[in-house]
Amino acid sequence: MNEAASSTATWPHELFDRLRAAGVSHVSYVPDAGHSTLIRLSLDAPDITTTMLTTEEEGVAVATGAWLGGMRSVILMQSSGVGNCINMLSLPVQSRTPLLMIVTMRGEWAEFNPWQVPMGQATEASLTAIGVHVVRASTGDEVVAAVEQGATMAFEADQQVAVLIGQQLLGEKTW
Amino acid sequence: MVATQLGSRDLGQGKMDRREVVSRVLSERGESLVVTGLGSPSYDVHAAGDHDANYYLWGAMGGAALVGLGLALAQPERRVIVITGDGEQLMAYGSLATIAVAKPRNLDIFVLDNEHYGETGMQISHTGRGLDLAAVAAASGFVEAATVRTIDAVASLSAASNEDGPRLFVLKIRAEDTPRSLPSRDAVFIKNRFRAHLDLAPN
Repeated sequence: MNEAASSTATWPHELFDRLRAAGVSHVSYVPDAGHSTLIRLSLDAPDITTTMLTTEEEGVAVATGAWLGGMRSVILMQSSGVGNCINMLSLPVQSRTPLLMIVTMRGEWAEFNPWQVPMGQATEASLTAIGVHVVRASTGDEVVAAVEQGATMAFEADQQVAVLIGQQLLGEKTW
Repeated sequence: MVATQLGSRDLGQGKMDRREVVSRVLSERGESLVVTGLGSPSYDVHAAGDHDANYYLWGAMGGAALVGLGLALAQPERRVIVITGDGEQLMAYGSLATIAVAKPRNLDIFVLDNEHYGETGMQISHTGRGLDLAAVAAASGFVEAATVRTIDAVASLSAASNEDGPRLFVLKIRAEDTPRSLPSRDAVFIKNRFRAHLDLAPN
């Protein structure tokens, strides 16, 4: 998405506050323009531990280990990264370990790059197939509400939850 | 630092007995938390003595070291020991970069390296073709990385502190079938038992 649009939107700030309020103290991420504000806020927060990943499935294993040790983790990724996660998701699904993923969508709205379309179209189906509960959000308010309830479902009800942030909200990538 | 070779002699073709190696690694585990990679490493750790602070993986190949990273970040006062195989660690090649950058001082990774995929018919692995995982870890930025070939050298690693890491040791073991020693396959039970050991509620 457009980096400038991301940094002026208010929902990432509210999202960050809600994650903190839910007791999240660890953030794993793969660099992503749509998550740039949330990544920056996490890196700047002294009470948040961050882990930079080389590929998204690493975050699934890290979040599982963090929960084993009593720490609540969230993973930030783009829809293309969901495809990388599938087998590793068997770990939290089978062990009924809380998991919260926040996924920015590509390949579904005014997409310029056709290479993003196949995985973007397969994201929700892939997550559902492996047993992850999927919630879609299309506006800033919806994103905040979806993540807040998703944190409850994950950390209080032992569910594996992915919140998909619609590409329509993120805006067209500027080339 | 550069990867070093601990141990100067090769005994038994330079390969150790995997059960003896794992027993020795865990002989002074104390308050350590242990994560195992799927397959024989899980059986080896179980054979050394089941423990509430053991988290056994039966799947999620490539996840062991990273579960260890998450655990090490959440429990910084405890030493976290990951015991996995060469094939499992090779599937998580990028994890060495992630862990090196995260710098968990309390994380030690032990790779039981028989240079083969023992669970699937003993096909040769990349380490059997010459890949040096300790050198990869050292180049990635691990505080210490070494290939270990003698049981005396293994013993010197068992009582490490919880602030010397991240470290990775490649333990050269013989490629052989050992009797199965199967931990529970109930992932929820293992998770909750582990958390209870840390005085954490099931959820």
